[in-house]
Amino acid sequence: MKELTFGTLIAVFEEIFGRGLFWAMVAIAVLVTLAYLFVLIRDRSVSWKKFLLAQLSMPVGAVLAVLFVQGMTDSSFADIGGPVDVIILLGIALVGAIGMAILVYTLEALIGSRRTAGFRTG
Amino acid sequence: MLDRRQFLAATALAGITSGLAPTAAMTQTTSISTNARIVIIGAGAAGTALANRLVRRLDGASITIIDPRANHLYQPGLTLVAAGLKPAEYVVSETTDWLPSDVSLVTEAVVAVDAVSRTVDTADGQSHSYDWLVVAPGLVLDHDAIEGFSLDMVGQNGIGALYAGPEYAARTWQAASQFIEEGGVGLFTRPATEMKCAGAPLKHTFLIEDLAQKAGNRSRMNFVYAAPQGSLFGVPIVAEKVRMLFGERDISPVYSYTLKSIDAGRKRATFITPSGDAEMAYDYLHVVPPQRAPDFVLESDLPWEDRWVGQGWLEVDPSTLQHRRYPNVFAVGDVAGVPKGKTAASVKWQVPVVEDHLVAAIDGRDGTEVYNGYTSCPLITRVGRAMLVEFDYQNNLVPSFPGVIAPLEELWISWLMKEVALKATYNAMLRGRA
Repeated sequence: MKELTFGTLIAVFEEIFGRGLFWAMVAIAVLVTLAYLFVLIRDRSVSWKKFLLAQLSMPVGAVLAVLFVQGMTDSSFADIGGPVDVIILLGIALVGAIGMAILVYTLEALIGSRRTAGFRTG
Repeated sequence: MLDRRQFLAATALAGITSGLAPTAAMTQTTSISTNARIVIIGAGAAGTALANRLVRRLDGASITIIDPRANHLYQPGLTLVAAGLKPAEYVVSETTDWLPSDVSLVTEAVVAVDAVSRTVDTADGQSHSYDWLVVAPGLVLDHDAIEGFSLDMVGQNGIGALYAGPEYAARTWQAASQFIEEGGVGLFTRPATEMKCAGAPLKHTFLIEDLAQKAGNRSRMNFVYAAPQGSLFGVPIVAEKVRMLFGERDISPVYSYTLKSIDAGRKRATFITPSGDAEMAYDYLHVVPPQRAPDFVLESDLPWEDRWVGQGWLEVDPSTLQHRRYPNVFAVGDVAGVPKGKTAASVKWQVPVVEDHLVAAIDGRDGTEVYNGYTSCPLITRVGRAMLVEFDYQNNLVPSFPGVIAPLEELWISWLMKEVALKATYNAMLRGRA
């Protein structure tokens, strides 16, 4: 491996998903992150009520992420062939879990149930 | 929501893809002014990637790319098509999708190259003069060299030939899937000549064997791999690993067996062996024909005279890919007369080297990039597993991730690279961005 630039990596991702879908996903990711930060700043603290449901959603996100990758690639748990595969599997699960938690927390804060939505009712 | 998960999954794969994204000479983005006439023969992986890089480096050059074929083929995908994992369309795109707007495409076949008068003649009677020539037409699959075989047989009577293109790869899967259902003897071959992607015949064998196991039919089948060589792969340490895997998977290798002819009606294949011709019965036969340079190369003054006689690979310096007798001629890709090197991964590493030496030569300097023979082969051993084998001219393993992704282990991560990231990296390469 000689050299890896950020530009090359972006080019590869554009090719994986198509330029439109890739940048749409980047935009969605940025929007959700900004919304999350907005909620944090607006509420001035982490709401543990909202965080509970977010936490509960984490295993769901983890499983969905792993199944998504396996489904995309014609593979299964039987194909785990070495330590690095376990690390990759856990990495995918972790990213899915965190992504789901942030998403659920943010959605709850913005449009969620009366129990958890917004700081007035929270 | 799904989009976000997709994105996150993609981010997780970032580490994986990074190994397939290395690139040389990306830092050299300064362009020079020139009115040089450059002709590139071939708009495949090598010609297209080089054209895209050259237009960024050369201001005012006239670049002509000559290729009669309207379709661009992502050839690394053919093994997946031939195992029913991807449709034929997976490997097909338009040649013009990838070419920069400021090169002229001539959609004619090349019939002659005169390296002395510096002209390329095309089938329409035109003659194209050049100052610099890049020869990248790929190679010719010599199906006629197998007696009794013709491409229209592929897909029927248990005959497969995945190299021949997307349609034939799909038909290969028809024949192979019938074999998986019905059982019998599977006979997998490779040619005695240099060939593109020497791992592909092995991958096909492994994939069909794996699918047979998963279909529960393995006990009714015998697998035989017939190699004209004395080993299963050109790199000894990889050959030994494959030999061990064949042992585990009950695939029997036979050595010094070169496919000579087939009798499709009787389902018999005849091989040239050290002890005379030998006939073998099959229920499924995978044909990989001898391979050579296109006729116009063989008829020109460009091939090696004393090496690979009759195959016609260009006589180039293995480090720079510059012709040893005609310094204004370069070869890239399958047609280059260098050991190994007939893969898309080789092309990816060759193109920046040729770009460097060509641009430097136009500028009156010496180039500095060196091609060390790097190539890689995600050697698929099962649906879901592969070995990421990378090596150089000296048969050294040159892993991109030493200590993390072991080259001789069957890993899911290596499969993920082949399945998800490889085509993307390939496409980025075509655009000159990887």
